[in-house]
Amino acid sequence: MAKVVIDQERCKGCGLCVAACNFGNLRIGENFNSKSYKVSEFVGEDCKGCGFCYMVCPDTAITVYRDEKVEVEK
Amino acid sequence: MSNQILERPKSLTQKQFHYCPGCHHGIIHRLIAETIDEFDLREKTIIVQPVGCAVYIYEYFDTDVSEAAHGRAPAVATAIKRVSKGKFVLTYQGDGDLAAIGTAEIVHAAARGENICVFFVNNAIYGMTGGQMAPTTLPGMKTATTPLGRDVKKQGYPIKVSEMLAPFEGVSYIERVMVSSPKHVIKAKSAVRKAFKYQLQEKGFSLVEFLSACPTGWGMPPVDAAKWVEENMTKQFPLGVYKEVGLDD
Repeated sequence: MAKVVIDQERCKGCGLCVAACNFGNLRIGENFNSKSYKVSEFVGEDCKGCGFCYMVCPDTAITVYRDEKVEVEK
Repeated sequence: MSNQILERPKSLTQKQFHYCPGCHHGIIHRLIAETIDEFDLREKTIIVQPVGCAVYIYEYFDTDVSEAAHGRAPAVATAIKRVSKGKFVLTYQGDGDLAAIGTAEIVHAAARGENICVFFVNNAIYGMTGGQMAPTTLPGMKTATTPLGRDVKKQGYPIKVSEMLAPFEGVSYIERVMVSSPKHVIKAKSAVRKAFKYQLQEKGFSLVEFLSACPTGWGMPPVDAAKWVEENMTKQFPLGVYKEVGLDD
């Protein structure tokens, strides 16, 4: 599992991350930041941590976290 | 337990970009900063800043930066590279800076084969000054100074910088990329990395041209502007490698 954290003050609500996410994990929310931009928010349940949102974010507002792989004893 | 796998590169400061929403400058800054981090060049890098939207680049990169007069970045970079042994020197220029007022500087820096990297951002418009026609404006494209669309009979044809510079013997590497989708961002990152290697191996002049969106100047929402780059700009400015002399292993 993975999750995306969006820096609400850096985000300008351009929507490029929303368009890039193949799993519908991001959307432009109803909240405004201090610069009056409606910001993007993470609403994902099945984020794969692909980082597409990070790649297209023009404001480096996105950080991606992914769970550590768990070694299974055989 | 979660691992942070993708985060803001170390070579960028914490300063927020002043660019308009959806402007591709921020993506291109990040790609360059990530590559500086990867090659561990932060202490050796000197960026020569442009005049135009990216003029505040010194606020964003945690490296040394030098100002140049409008269009003169390749000349300033030439001087810095020649007198500063071991430094990594790059210029970051828009189309107004590089393809209009600075045409002579870029042509002669390429012809001399200066061992510098040039990152050229082509958004087909003068973004900072209000969206006037640039040398790279597409035929038929509406701008503040061509409200009926660029008429090639009156305003001439666009300048294709990559195609123009590639034949020079001093040029080691030229590629045109775009950053409008994740797939293309990955390709663009690879081009930036390659340009760095050409300078590190002292192979001569390298240039990466980025087709970039200017949603505000074009009067489009950011997602539409990114699509417009793919659908329209690539027809006039085809992507690809225009020169590559080869790297050592």
